[in-house]
Amino acid sequence: MVAFTLNGRAAAVELPEAVPLLAALRGPLGLSGPRYGCGAERCGACMVLVENRPAYACTLPLGAAAGKAVRTVEGLGGPEAPHPLQTAFLAEQAGQCGYCLSGILVSAAALLEANPAPDEAAVRAALEPHLCRCGSHNRILRAVLRAAAAMREGRGGAP
Amino acid sequence: MNLAYHMATGGGGDDRPRLPGSLHLNRRLGQWLRFHAEGRVTIRPGKVELGQGILTALAQIAAEELDVALARVAVAPAATPDSPNEAVTSGSLSVQECGMALRHACAAARAIHLSVAAQRTGVPIEAIRVEDGAFLGPRGEAVGSYWAQADEALLDCEAPPDARPKPAAARRVAGTSAPRLDLPDKVFGAARFVHDLRLPGMLHARVVRPPSRGARLLAVGEGALPGDARLVRDGSFLAVLAAEEHVAEAAAARLAARATWEERDTLPEEAALADWLRTAPAEEGVVAERGEAPPALAHRVRAAFLRPYLAHASLAPSCAVARWEGEALEVWTHSQGIYNLRTDLSKTLRLPPERITVRHREGAGCYGHNGADDVALDAALAARAAPGRPVRLLWSRADELAWAPLSPATLVEVEAGLDAAGSLASWRMEIAGNGHSSRPGRAQEPTLLAASHLAEPFAVPPAINPPLAAGGGAQRNAVPLYRVPHLRIGLRRITEMPLRTSALRGLGALVNVWAIESVMDGLAALAGADPLEFRLRHLDDPRAAEVLRRACAMAGWAGRARAEGTGMGLGLARYKGSGAWCAVVAEIAAEAAVRATRLWIAADVGEAINPDGVANQIEGGAIHATSIALKEAVRFDRRRVTTESWESYPILRFSEVPAVEVHLVPRPEEPPLGAGEAALGPTIAAIAAAIHDALGVRPRALPFTPEAIAAA
Ligand code: FES
Ligand code: FES
Repeated sequence: MVAFTLNGRAAAVELPEAVPLLAALRGPLGLSGPRYGCGAERCGACMVLVENRPAYACTLPLGAAAGKAVRTVEGLGGPEAPHPLQTAFLAEQAGQCGYCLSGILVSAAALLEANPAPDEAAVRAALEPHLCRCGSHNRILRAVLRAAAAMREGRGGAP
Repeated sequence: MNLAYHMATGGGGDDRPRLPGSLHLNRRLGQWLRFHAEGRVTIRPGKVELGQGILTALAQIAAEELDVALARVAVAPAATPDSPNEAVTSGSLSVQECGMALRHACAAARAIHLSVAAQRTGVPIEAIRVEDGAFLGPRGEAVGSYWAQADEALLDCEAPPDARPKPAAARRVAGTSAPRLDLPDKVFGAARFVHDLRLPGMLHARVVRPPSRGARLLAVGEGALPGDARLVRDGSFLAVLAAEEHVAEAAAARLAARATWEERDTLPEEAALADWLRTAPAEEGVVAERGEAPPALAHRVRAAFLRPYLAHASLAPSCAVARWEGEALEVWTHSQGIYNLRTDLSKTLRLPPERITVRHREGAGCYGHNGADDVALDAALAARAAPGRPVRLLWSRADELAWAPLSPATLVEVEAGLDAAGSLASWRMEIAGNGHSSRPGRAQEPTLLAASHLAEPFAVPPAINPPLAAGGGAQRNAVPLYRVPHLRIGLRRITEMPLRTSALRGLGALVNVWAIESVMDGLAALAGADPLEFRLRHLDDPRAAEVLRRACAMAGWAGRARAEGTGMGLGLARYKGSGAWCAVVAEIAAEAAVRATRLWIAADVGEAINPDGVANQIEGGAIHATSIALKEAVRFDRRRVTTESWESYPILRFSEVPAVEVHLVPRPEEPPLGAGEAALGPTIAAIAAAIHDALGVRPRALPFTPEAIAAA
């Protein structure tokens, strides 16, 4: 049994410690936000935050999350109380299929927590681990910068 | 690819009054929309969401014609047997085929409902207006509503041919950039993808794929499998089933190590790909021919253009869920064509189509015929071993990159010339490669991957090229849009298919537009003309000229400054010769490798139902094309595709993405045209031209890596 904090609540899973964290999140823990793309740290679809730092859930052994704080896109916000990033992504219509967005959103959240005023180059660098095959990159960059500005001004990222 | 394919291949030719788009073959109104007493309307398109935003555009069309708030429109996921059969969601035709059907169906539904209200209340139909679904008389009094009349079988009839959709000037919802209906789910991580489906009692499955093409499974060594995992085998099709996904994954790895295969060389020599394309057995044809060869040419360009096999490289591996209940099968799939998939499942499993229900669920972005259909058969085969249990089967990244259908390698050879006045006089072009369609549901034999691996295998039919009237395959955009008196375009469709090929965004347009535009630039240089001016001189199509001028104006083409190591180039095409017009100017920086820095794009898609959605598709297409131009190639040895990871098949990353500016020429009165594929050919062409501008060489092989440029 591995116990950790998931999106602010206590969570425990009965899975071998060597199983990837992603299998626990999408399996017994019932989340759908963290997504499987490659299983090899090459696409970022599975990205989650462990102790506020981006981590590839597809390879991180479940055991490595024991006792730590894990956050996923579901933990950023929901339709009732969206994170400024989620609001900004909707305002910029930053996405097409959206399969890449869960991972990109958590990496962007970690960036803005560490650097509230990134320039475009800093956003690109923070998102470099992420692939988007639909070509939504420019909208995503704009959305992250928009959310950063909104958060600095204490707004929610709405237009 | 779609309804256009059906029509071009002899379907739909009947005496019935012509109805717009897919309504012609799916004529019952009630199949397209239904009102609900609680104040909602469900539309039921046969086209599916592939990440392109089509559901939002279709809902806008319905809200517009019905005069109901967009929020009242729900879109039912496509499923057999009730959804209209709209064949395949492809070819940038969904707005033409489905949107125009829905527009007509909704206009008809509105007229029927209003005539009933008029009859009942005595208020003349012309005096009734509709406000968010409520019918109001001349003094604003309520005389009925869709919702009050919802239960009646008013739409249980054929669509009348005389329904009159609103004139363009009266539209208020269609033509606006309504936010996408599916995007909130995606930024909140909701369970919207087929990958997220969790059904009670569901098992997980993985395929153990053959190690190489044509490999035959000889034996599977005895031994335990992890947990409750068990194996499923039919000939060379090998899969595992387990209650937990990680157990299925581990079992597949263990089984792969235990399987013995007979392997042989089946693939051509990659280093001699161009020779194989020239000499492999093929069916020769003529795409277009006109005029007489001129007796003399003042200038001439001869060049060959080679493009590699390309992978779809969707962000998610393909996935499907299947469940057998006795002799009935239910499948959840991200296929582009649920009826066509049903046809091939029926042939492969020897099960009547009525016993198979196919339900669409969204997958990650789909850019053509990828593994979606194949994985549905894999799931059905695995699930047969667990009757009554839903089985979710997910492909691996390696399968997705190496075993999904590939876009075919192609060689295009051009010889074109100018007369003494510097005008285009002659254009000869030869295209060689495999066909661009192996879509299910069309051939005698099923085209699903595992069908050829079974104990009683089906032969794999070589890919075809749809007729030019349906957009063509290898010959798509092969006919230049420039005025040229003598023209001959030949096509060699290779009839052996060592690597399975099928449709990927743009099809033949990727290489044809690049080849045509590159030769145009070469000819312009020989004529001492600017590429823009030279093109305009040979264009009879004012909408083509307009997008070209716009893109050049956006980029500051006329006053462009030359800076060391940078270049600018342009590309133009009308997609398929019948679709959207698109011109691209690219700016590149030639560093250790070529980097695309900016793209300026002007497009004319006729009526844009959702302008921001169109811009999103154009931007996405241009970035996809930039990735193809600079990075992508499927590699192989004599037995196997070796590009099976993101390391060996890299695509564009954030640090490499150019800034993109899109301008849409407003044409609300013109018929709508699809946008998803229009930018690809022109973007590749523009990048190639910009490389020449920067480095003085015209690349002759994709992708434009330092090696390819050095070899040019
Ligand atoms: S799934 Fe983890 S990086 Fe791709
Ligand atoms: S929106 Fe489809 S992969 Fe990014």
